Amino acid sequence: MIKVTIDDVEIEVAPGTTILNAARQAGGDLVPPAMCYYSKLPGTGGKCRTCLVEVAAGSTADPRPMPKLVASCSTPVMDGMIVKNKTSERVHTNRGGVVEFLLVNHPLDCPICDQAGECHLQDLGYEHGSAKTRYREERRTFSPIDIGNKIKLHMNRCILCYRCVAVANQLTDSRVHGVMHRGEHAEISTYIENAIDNDFSGNMIDVCPVGALTDKTFRFKSRVWFLKPYEAECACNKCSGKAVVWMFGNEIFRVTARKDKYGEVETIEDKTAWICNDCRFDKKDPSNWTLIGPRKIDRHSVISQGKYATKNDNNPKLLR
Amino acid sequence: MSRKLLIEHAEVPGITSFETYRKHGGYASVEKALKTMSPEEVVEEVKKSGLRGRGGAGFPTGMKWSFLAKPEGVERHLVCNADESEPGTFKDRYLMEKLPHLLIEGMITSSYALGARRSYIYIRGEFMYVLRILEKAIAEAYANGMLGKNILGSGYDLDLVVTPGGGAYICGEETALLESLEGKRGNPRMKPPFPAVKGLWGNPTVVNNVESIAAVVPIVNEGGEAYAKIGIERSTGTKLISASGNLVRPGVYEIELGLSVEEFIYGDNYCRGVANGKKLKACIPGGSSVPILPHYLVTKTAAGTDRLMTYESLADGGFASGSMLGSGGFIVFDEDQCIVRNTWNFARFYAHESCGQCSPCREGTGWMEKVL
Repeated sequence: MIKVTIDDVEIEVAPGTTILNAARQAGGDLVPPAMCYYSKLPGTGGKCRTCLVEVAAGSTADPRPMPKLVASCSTPVMDGMIVKNKTSERVHTNRGGVVEFLLVNHPLDCPICDQAGECHLQDLGYEHGSAKTRYREERRTFSPIDIGNKIKLHMNRCILCYRCVAVANQLTDSRVHGVMHRGEHAEISTYIENAIDNDFSGNMIDVCPVGALTDKTFRFKSRVWFLKPYEAECACNKCSGKAVVWMFGNEIFRVTARKDKYGEVETIEDKTAWICNDCRFDKKDPSNWTLIGPRKIDRHSVISQGKYATKNDNNPKLLR
Repeated sequence: MSRKLLIEHAEVPGITSFETYRKHGGYASVEKALKTMSPEEVVEEVKKSGLRGRGGAGFPTGMKWSFLAKPEGVERHLVCNADESEPGTFKDRYLMEKLPHLLIEGMITSSYALGARRSYIYIRGEFMYVLRILEKAIAEAYANGMLGKNILGSGYDLDLVVTPGGGAYICGEETALLESLEGKRGNPRMKPPFPAVKGLWGNPTVVNNVESIAAVVPIVNEGGEAYAKIGIERSTGTKLISASGNLVRPGVYEIELGLSVEEFIYGDNYCRGVANGKKLKACIPGGSSVPILPHYLVTKTAAGTDRLMTYESLADGGFASGSMLGSGGFIVFDEDQCIVRNTWNFARFYAHESCGQCSPCREGTGWMEKVL
């Protein structure tokens, strides 16, 4: 085990752990945000630069500070490393800069975006963004493409985190979409207009940090904060069947995987509980599901407002 | 005029053919290394020479070689980065076009030092005619027993493959180059693991610039110590400089590191001053990605000392009043040139060539272009 100090908190982690994962082990508000890194998808990270941190001392052996801020998701810790996240003014300024970059071409269509309320870019914008924009030029737009009747791709909102590419690579038999073109013109697309359709493609929606990939069966049905999330279970031969159903009254509006406070799909019984497209898109009848209890949503304060989860703890029937 | 170690024979008629190259002392380093030296000894000579990577970053080549992981039973590779796409730099093209056998000789000697059995030259897609020159030279080297099985009876086998890229600036970055070489989208990889541990096809790989590999030839021939005597302090040996812009005599020059910038711009043996009797306005000494120097910081540093053509002296003053030797793309501007327009031109280049993987570059370079 090696010792590392993050924002004055000393922790011991296994060698080879990245700074971000070390911070997550320590927990609390010293954890840097991550828009592209997804711990359940190997190979992700290093792209969005929102997790930049300052390394004030490289290691006990070589205590020199690192000259540039580093991406905490892809930098392994060293014994005696001192990292500054919340306590570094430089990190705060630079992260604000990254958020500004992410927002220059991002359409501010949050009022009609299905991701609103659970969008990581909204959270970051709230924390770091400025009320004014310095960008006076035209925003980049893409012509919409149809990727099937279940998933809506809204490319203008995409921040190119590559998570959905990783999902298609690692969860499905064959990947039919990817990143086309480069630089500013880079876009998520299928080479020939093609539906992305296989049993696990819906997980692309869950990993998308913004509203670029949304659920067509839920599109414009409701704002997420009007819905009550319940942990639910069903017998499924394709996936674990452990999901969250989002209800209004007796109606299921949408189904998602169970996500932790970092917005990542939870590990249940040593497996990442991805859910299959049948569970996500087709099982909208409450009789398909056994409700376990209210789901507390840590990350998104809007949803957990009004102490919904504590009020109705373990008594979902109250809502009926 | 300083000694030329690399391009001395560049203008000899017929030097692109194996026979003429051999007559002028070619492939001597291969004979010396394979017949009289162990691979470790070759690495040791390169370390002693103080050679620093000529692609731009200036990382010591010998040290890079010694980082190469050597697990049992795993193949290793040497990849030559010939994806020369930095605006203002054209030395590698010149070298490959004029002296294809020098690069091949360097590849054989370096591959031997690293224990690579299959080496690659990744050449920029726009250089198709250079690719043909190299392919012809490689075929000649195979025919004359310098490549293939049991080279010069030493028992060492080497295959050399030259592959063109798709013409993307980003593929000059070593991990993006490896991705592209594997047939994937040329996006840089996450590091660690570094290529020295997991590179091409997951095997330990060294990626070196054309000029660095070519410099191994004189280093092996004359010894690392003799090479280290040329130059000043940690900037040893000779360097190819691609001089362009408003100069009387632009072109590729081989200089001994430590030459003064003043001598390089105004000297009779070099560029002979700014063209048409104009005044110097600014200079970019190392290719478009290094800081631009205003006229008063070109020949003197901010501290008033002479600016020399070395890694250290050009970087004197950091990003505030210094620049970098970079890849040696020496661009000179006279008083009539518009720096804003030039900056816009470069910004346009970077916006066009950004791979779009990381957000600050993807969004920032496009924004820069639009602002300018």
